[in-house]
Amino acid sequence: MKTVGQPIRKKDAYALVTGKPVFTDDIAPKDCLVVKVLRSPHANAMVKNIRTDLAEKVEGIEAIYTWEDVPKERFTMAGQTYPEASPYDRLILDPHVRYVGDPVAIVAGKNEACVDQALKRIKVEYEILPAILDLHEAKDSDILVHPEESWKALCPVGADNRRNLCASGESHDGDVDAVLKDCDVVVEGTYRVKANQQAMMETFRTVCYMDSYGRLNVMSSTQIVFHVRRILSNALGISKSKIRVFKPRIGGGFGAKQTSVSEVYPAFVTWKTGKPSKMIFTREESQIASSPRHEMEVSVRVGADRDGKIRAIDLYTLSNTGAYGEHGPTTVGLSGHKSIPLYGSVEAHRFAYDVVYTNVMSSGAYRGYGATQGIYAVETAVNELAQKLQMDPVQLRLKNMVREGEVMPAYYGEQTNSCALDRCMERAREMIGWDEKIPCRDMGNGKVRSVGVAMAMQGSGISHVDVGSATIKLEEDGLYALSIGAADMGTGCDTTLAQVAAECLDCSVDQIIVSGADTDTSPYDSGSYASSTAYITGRAVEKACRKLQEKICEKAAEMLSCGREDIEFDGHVATDRSTGKQVTLKEIGTAGQCGNANALQVTESNSSPVSPPPFMVGMVEIEVDKETGHVEILDYVAVVDCGTPLNPNLCRCQVEGGLAQGIGMALYENIQYSAKGQLLNNSFMQYKIPTRLDVGKLRVEFESSYEETGPFGAKSIGEVVINTPAPALAHAVANATGIWVHELPITSEKIAMGLQKK
Amino acid sequence: MLKIKNYVKAESLQQAYELNQKKSNRLLGGMLWMKMSSAQIQTAIDLSGLMLDQIEETDEEFRIGCMVTLRQIELHQGLNDWFQGMLRDSVKDIVGVQFRNLATVGGSIFGRFGFSDVLTAFLALDTKVELYRGGIIPLEEFVKMPRDRDILVRLIVKKTSGTFAYLSHRNARTDFPVLAVGMSLCGKQARISVGARPQKAMAIELSEAETEKIREGVCSEEELAGIAQAAAEKIPTGSNMRTGSEYRSHLCGVLIRRGLMKLQEGGGRHED
Amino acid sequence: MKINLTLNGKRIEEEIRADLLLIDFVREHGCFSVKRGCETSGCGLCTVFLDEKPVLSCSVLAARADGHAVTTLEGLQKEAEEFGAFIADQGAEQCGFCNPGMIMNAIALFRENPDPTDEEMKEYLAGNLCRCSGYEGQLRGMKAFLEYKKQGGTV
Repeated sequence: MKTVGQPIRKKDAYALVTGKPVFTDDIAPKDCLVVKVLRSPHANAMVKNIRTDLAEKVEGIEAIYTWEDVPKERFTMAGQTYPEASPYDRLILDPHVRYVGDPVAIVAGKNEACVDQALKRIKVEYEILPAILDLHEAKDSDILVHPEESWKALCPVGADNRRNLCASGESHDGDVDAVLKDCDVVVEGTYRVKANQQAMMETFRTVCYMDSYGRLNVMSSTQIVFHVRRILSNALGISKSKIRVFKPRIGGGFGAKQTSVSEVYPAFVTWKTGKPSKMIFTREESQIASSPRHEMEVSVRVGADRDGKIRAIDLYTLSNTGAYGEHGPTTVGLSGHKSIPLYGSVEAHRFAYDVVYTNVMSSGAYRGYGATQGIYAVETAVNELAQKLQMDPVQLRLKNMVREGEVMPAYYGEQTNSCALDRCMERAREMIGWDEKIPCRDMGNGKVRSVGVAMAMQGSGISHVDVGSATIKLEEDGLYALSIGAADMGTGCDTTLAQVAAECLDCSVDQIIVSGADTDTSPYDSGSYASSTAYITGRAVEKACRKLQEKICEKAAEMLSCGREDIEFDGHVATDRSTGKQVTLKEIGTAGQCGNANALQVTESNSSPVSPPPFMVGMVEIEVDKETGHVEILDYVAVVDCGTPLNPNLCRCQVEGGLAQGIGMALYENIQYSAKGQLLNNSFMQYKIPTRLDVGKLRVEFESSYEETGPFGAKSIGEVVINTPAPALAHAVANATGIWVHELPITSEKIAMGLQKK
Repeated sequence: MLKIKNYVKAESLQQAYELNQKKSNRLLGGMLWMKMSSAQIQTAIDLSGLMLDQIEETDEEFRIGCMVTLRQIELHQGLNDWFQGMLRDSVKDIVGVQFRNLATVGGSIFGRFGFSDVLTAFLALDTKVELYRGGIIPLEEFVKMPRDRDILVRLIVKKTSGTFAYLSHRNARTDFPVLAVGMSLCGKQARISVGARPQKAMAIELSEAETEKIREGVCSEEELAGIAQAAAEKIPTGSNMRTGSEYRSHLCGVLIRRGLMKLQEGGGRHED
Repeated sequence: MKINLTLNGKRIEEEIRADLLLIDFVREHGCFSVKRGCETSGCGLCTVFLDEKPVLSCSVLAARADGHAVTTLEGLQKEAEEFGAFIADQGAEQCGFCNPGMIMNAIALFRENPDPTDEEMKEYLAGNLCRCSGYEGQLRGMKAFLEYKKQGGTV
């Protein structure tokens, strides 16, 4: 392969490293109205009365809207394929506010100062209601988060607003209770992951304006242009034909922008006033009113024989979707479906769950999407099992892990056609020196060095659901234009998809221009989420390019007056084998624009009946200060099977970035609510994402399998990489101290006080 | 959002002092903390034109102007040679270089913030505060004073001979400290200041006998642990978002013991 | 109030509000590389040089820049391109939103300390947050750049 597999620079690299104005707020029209929302100070309350007259008098204020001004049809802000699994439980503004931060009024004015002043002058009278702040108290509580009649679930996900249930369900294979009863050893634990914030550097932001056709144009920092169009159509009650959504460069997504967090407010303002507007979330708003990870409590039972054969896994997840149900019914599924199958075909498994509404910020789609929470639980339980069995946890895994060709009952019965998990394990073990280091070494000064291990998997797109498309056309000078609806949010998919195209078309990446994610011009794509872009859209690009090449050959045959079967095309020159006559790609491109009736353009869509999991192994070596409880990461080794790495540089950065986020979640990033339901970690001062001094040394290698259904053997990489740090670090801490931490983050306080109490 | 009506670059301390008597006016330090507030300020008073961004070294003392930045403290050769890097250790983990290029010593000390590393470090030294009206008073006294409208002009740190140490524990490297400890072994009584308790820093002294023994370097590890434990018991701690009081008190004993070991290794001998 | 300063080598005299922050001033003057990432002086995205020193422009009053020289990445395009190429060669620019601030501060580091150790680089750039890259690729890029400089590479 010439371009696939090459560490090519990103197409936008130059603009990004030189600081060019390519992000939403850099290119917003200068005369935009500034849009902000007034947010509820109460966790659960009814707006009894709202007075805006004083605020309207502030000079420069254009409009103020309250719940009385907005449509009354409920919708979801989740970016999902229709019909969405997430319930329709939102209004743009609702008289019932359900968490601290829920919008109460929208204010638009000519600048920030006047909008701020107006916000202060809005007088709201609330009827304060008792709130549910603890996920354990939600199910069947007397307090209902969504008592309204207009609440509705479009899909049968076990949702019931009269019970505070956003979803509920169970699936199993075999008789898990019977098998567990028969096991020699059973470990049991409950593991808790908090609602971590995504903390992409660019907060949520959207710019809106009306175009010359009277249509609402929405430029937004989003991963899901097509879903946003539907969401806005639902929210504003206007036809999709009236809306265009597109994205410029995005300052990080991670799934945060798979929910329409900021779009509806400026869209409503511009639709009503006809004037351009923008909404830029503050960091505080991004922290307290957005789309974080679902808080989950995962209870696991793992049973094994004395010789280490894992026979049964029983898992129950209690997930907290918060005040609204975005991604609630779907994230929970991954906590079981992407943790249990790591152990292939255990004799029996059960996976049950409840997703509850509470009066905290609603959750969203954060990288890992529930798998992260489930894998922390299952992998920690397996490490505890190894301890109980007095077995090397690596050996235990090698004995039980899923292998290529195996059917995974807990993964919709899919077969692993590409799986190098065993090779990942062997390589990671070698890289870190596992056999010499397990479990720990006393360094003699109150410090202990230890190692920990975890495996992980994810999917590649949503099987039978996700759609990726690509349009490729040949233009003058033999230039190719690739149009996609997938969203490059820093991941580099504009470049990796161009690499796939270049490989198919036998040309250089520079010969391909890429334009992305515009509902008016891009072919349909579900959007960049669920680890879908490389695998799903990548294959669409491949299909489109193969077809285009065929058309190019047909055109060449026409130009050379020969049969298609006589044409040989090397990407630059088409040759008539019988006569040796040639036309160049450039000539073909030119001919396509003169007297041509057969478009040199192809659009192809792709969807997959399977979602081949990428796999990985993470191993960490840490040094624990037994007195202070401080954990220092010395070495983090990750070996990943993402199929063929389309661009090894970008794959490596995905892994390193995912590890750093996973490390942050495991050690530093805490979520704390006040007794009144106020999120205290409302800034980067109080929510500590890792700095470069906090992540230690990260080392990444690839052990590639080849996925036949993916483009050039590729699977996904974006999400799987966040899943190993929490269980691997929890394991290493246990190996150093004997303390198993079951609730993230693993703080020095938990370690030191745990040791004190021992 | 912070609102400021007027900005005045003071031409003299007298002018700054007079302006500062008005309640709606405020003196600007590094502005890092003030910027996050939603204060409504009539006149912001800037001292940056008064040459107060200098560290002067004499035979007896260091005179540190209130507009000296934390980065200047970190890089100042004289200060760090004399106090064996203790002041550098106290500021190096504060957010980042760009932040420390703005944050001022005056702002840090005047604020008397609970989390302040700077206050903790200087409190362990023989430090005086020069106030424009209030004259020169010990830092320890200043810490206990209520906020008033005087101007903190400079810190005066005596060049005491001895050994020094600064230790802190943080949940993440550039976060506020969970607990911070500054120490000096000079003169008759070793001095220990503890900050981020999370209340503002306070200082205690060891007995002359304990100090002498440490200086002679004859304390066993157990003895040092005992001294540290006794000292830690005198330091009240509380809970905040970063940790609970029980862990803080535990850390207090650990960090003080480690600091004492460092002091004992140094033996209170000043190498100049 | 009136201020008089140099922005990327260009003299500007302008009437401003007393509470105008430097970040908003430079963005109003087209320096869009300067980003706001937090409101709590902790992310480094808004890094500019005030005279020679890297500072957080979100925490400096434009009034305080009166009489001084302000430099943003728009004024350091050659250095940005030269050094940035090494970040791009790692794919470590990722979303790019934190890049201008990081590159500004890296340039400041290299001017202050042309031969830093890994630890010195990490410490100097600790105040530049990045959520995408995991920092490792940025470090590799910086090391490759320093190696290139050692071999005599020039702008």
